[in-house]
Amino acid sequence: MRITQGTFSYLPELTDEEITSQLGYALGQGWALSVEFTDDPHPRNNYWDMWGLPMFDLLDAAGVLHEINACRQAYPDRYIRVCAYDSRRSRQTVALSFLVNRPAAEPGFRLARQEGPDRMLRYTIHPYALDRPAGTRYSPP
Amino acid sequence: MTDRWSAGVLHYAEMGYWQPDYVPKPSDLLAAFRVTPQDGVPPEEAGAAVAGESSTATWTVVWTDRLTAYDHYQGKCYQVDPVPGREDQYIARIAYDLDLFEEGSIANLSSSIIGNVFGFKAIKALRLEDMRIPPHYAKTFQGPAHGIVMEREYLNKFGRPLLGATVKPKLGLSARNYGRVVFEALNGGLDFTKDDENINSQPFMRWRDRFLHCMEAVNRAQAGTGEIKGHYLNVTAATMEDMYERAEFAKELGSVIVMVDLTAGYTAIQSMARWARRNGVLLHLHRAGHSTYTRQKEHGVSFRVIAKWMRLAGVDHIHAGTVVGKLEGDPNSVAGFYRTLRCEAAEPDPLRGLYFEQDWASIPGVMPVASGGIHAGQMHQLLHHLGEDVILQFGGGTIGHPMGVAAGATANRVALEAMVKARNEGRDLLAEGPEVLRTAAKRSRELDMALSTWGDVTFDFESTDTPDVIAMPTGA
Amino acid sequence: MTRPGFTLPRPGPAAGQEPGDPEPLAADATVDLTAERADAGVGEILDALESDLVGLQPVKTRVREIAALLLVDRVRSRFGLSAGPPSLHMCFTGHPGTGKTTVALRMAELLHRLGYLRRGHVVSVTRDDLVGQYVGHTAPKTRDAINRAMGGVLFIDEAYYLYRAGNERDYGQESIEILLQYMENHRADLVVIMAGYADRMEAFFASNPGMSSRIAHHLEFPDYSLDELVAIGEVMLREQRYRLSAAAEAVFRDYLARRMTQPRFANARSVRNALERARLRHANRLVAADGALAKDDLMRLEPADFLASRVFGG
Repeated sequence: MRITQGTFSYLPELTDEEITSQLGYALGQGWALSVEFTDDPHPRNNYWDMWGLPMFDLLDAAGVLHEINACRQAYPDRYIRVCAYDSRRSRQTVALSFLVNRPAAEPGFRLARQEGPDRMLRYTIHPYALDRPAGTRYSPP
Repeated sequence: MTDRWSAGVLHYAEMGYWQPDYVPKPSDLLAAFRVTPQDGVPPEEAGAAVAGESSTATWTVVWTDRLTAYDHYQGKCYQVDPVPGREDQYIARIAYDLDLFEEGSIANLSSSIIGNVFGFKAIKALRLEDMRIPPHYAKTFQGPAHGIVMEREYLNKFGRPLLGATVKPKLGLSARNYGRVVFEALNGGLDFTKDDENINSQPFMRWRDRFLHCMEAVNRAQAGTGEIKGHYLNVTAATMEDMYERAEFAKELGSVIVMVDLTAGYTAIQSMARWARRNGVLLHLHRAGHSTYTRQKEHGVSFRVIAKWMRLAGVDHIHAGTVVGKLEGDPNSVAGFYRTLRCEAAEPDPLRGLYFEQDWASIPGVMPVASGGIHAGQMHQLLHHLGEDVILQFGGGTIGHPMGVAAGATANRVALEAMVKARNEGRDLLAEGPEVLRTAAKRSRELDMALSTWGDVTFDFESTDTPDVIAMPTGA
Repeated sequence: MTRPGFTLPRPGPAAGQEPGDPEPLAADATVDLTAERADAGVGEILDALESDLVGLQPVKTRVREIAALLLVDRVRSRFGLSAGPPSLHMCFTGHPGTGKTTVALRMAELLHRLGYLRRGHVVSVTRDDLVGQYVGHTAPKTRDAINRAMGGVLFIDEAYYLYRAGNERDYGQESIEILLQYMENHRADLVVIMAGYADRMEAFFASNPGMSSRIAHHLEFPDYSLDELVAIGEVMLREQRYRLSAAAEAVFRDYLARRMTQPRFANARSVRNALERARLRHANRLVAADGALAKDDLMRLEPADFLASRVFGG
């Protein structure tokens, strides 16, 4: 299974060159960049772990790529994403976000159905990865 | 003075409805009407008549006017301009005092402005082109239940347009089959699927069964992709009570979004918007029926006014045109609609049909929806014309794919992401778009097949609703 | 730089080149260096350096030499002769007010024109911008300054303060480590220029041989001579639309000669300060005086405007 979160997840994995190009676009728009990682792929997991603070006032993407590669080295078995943040008045939100790393094997999600009266069903999706404790989720058992 | 109040009929222009020296107050509502007077009626009189009949006047002098502060409540036509190239048409601008309107009521606003005047015999044709809503009035409305930014944060999807599809055929599928289409499309890569406007609760499929099967499909697709997915469950019904019942059921099943048709009426839409905010559910509006009165340039109400009213009323999505699809939409007019829906403030822009400045006073933007006869082969044009904060809906363009619904969804998603990536890299979309698509198609059989099936399809007819102004290239 | 497994074909220059790289040359092609130089606009910068800065002849010569080296290097790489980006990190030594910051700005512009830096901006920092006050504070501070300088020049003033021998609670060493890493691995993205007093920089390099080995160019900024200081003063006055009366010229010269020997003389900066004070006295003199004033009165500095200074024992 391959989770398809992030803006470019239906395209082949981006090369470092292509990532730099996207970062350059974000910097040109005046957005701050940040690198985040997680081992909890649930779609409602908004708060991934931050790899350092968001980087403001940058003119060039080389430093960000360095951080991305440092994060990949530190956490090769986790999802890593780059977020570009737009701080303008009526936005104040993420403007672009895409994955730059994913674990080698992604076990996917279990769909739990809780049946109620009157044909009502309540659904929960549960990532299989969360069956194991944090820190060991994607490493070989 | 006595002439003004003598019994009998006076020209509207003499009753104070034509005031060329009047300077609109910041708190006034302003309206621009395209007026085609009957022969022999001067334009100022026609403008004054519109001002009068959309505010306090009646066809003869009445003494009871004197019991009021009538000059406060009168609509004031303060400007009449001829339309370039048309001898018989004028744009009349009219100012209405804030006190004429009930706070926070679109029903009242529309009854006031368009409720009476459009049948007036002295005018051959009349069209409400645009309105300026002052912040004083805008603040009395809830505004979109969520808005563009909150929607994206809710779905966790940034940096690209969202993708949807209406389930096809429009009518006839039963619930379980309907759910199958929803599942295939969402699992294949679309963000949303949609009930069509006329799917409410019919003998071939009742609403409860549809909702149950669709939510099963939505959740299966969420588990299959790891993304938030949604299906716009249409809660439009005969009575408000039925609508609430259906919406509550949708909420309990965990749907992120419900849908209502414009034909439900402004009051119902505002009620649903309030409900949507209270219950944390997105509200999609289908503009069913609008083309009966928005399409012709001479007579009716321009869609940009409807768009403004709906932004105030509080919907999160509204269909607003595609430019390149099967339904009406001149590029400049559509650009004007999109700006009206999305921007926090807009300047007058005759090229895009925007007559007034409009400050939305922090009311969030509404996500425009582009739906109707578009396909993956047009992705570069869509991204170029419509921008990033939009929902692109490919009904036939997903379900009609030769390799199946899921393949159609994947083709659209691949095309979109490739196009966004190319745009960020600085490529010229209109010029290089087809090449970007072909390159992406080399890595995606689904897209390749989609391009071969629909690559040449276009809908080139002359638009009926164009702005009066066109851009002329200046000599270099 | 490319990760394995991905080969989406894209139109444009051949892989491995960045847009803006000059095209490669065939083995039997010839180049005209004068044309290349004009092409890059290098001449303008060097000429501006010549005219805008007084004195500093050894520095100007050195900058010309470096420009020639980089130009030739660029051309060599088009023939496929160079391997990897050259080391461009520099060290500027000299007393305060001798033009180090100005030359750093020009150097950044030069490197940008020759294609060695993508942006050519300068981020100017001191120790306090790089070093933190507690554990874990330094690394983000240093990395933040470096990231902001990417594509341009990181100018570290009084860089020797990074290293405080003997103080275990000092986090400067961590900053130095990080700088060393980036100076080595990001030669194509960033140029570091360190500046400060010559003797202290010597001591700094002696205790940090890793740093010293990464510095490719050392430029010494000599103190200005009296004539040069006078010339600098005149340039400043011209910019501010003032002039010296004939008598005042001699007094100004005398003032500078005395001031040079006094402690804490900061070359061009001291000249600027002196002129500021002279303008103050000039203004007060005019206000106290009677009668109408012509435009020249408003521009002309007199001996009195300088003689009141403490330098003359007044």
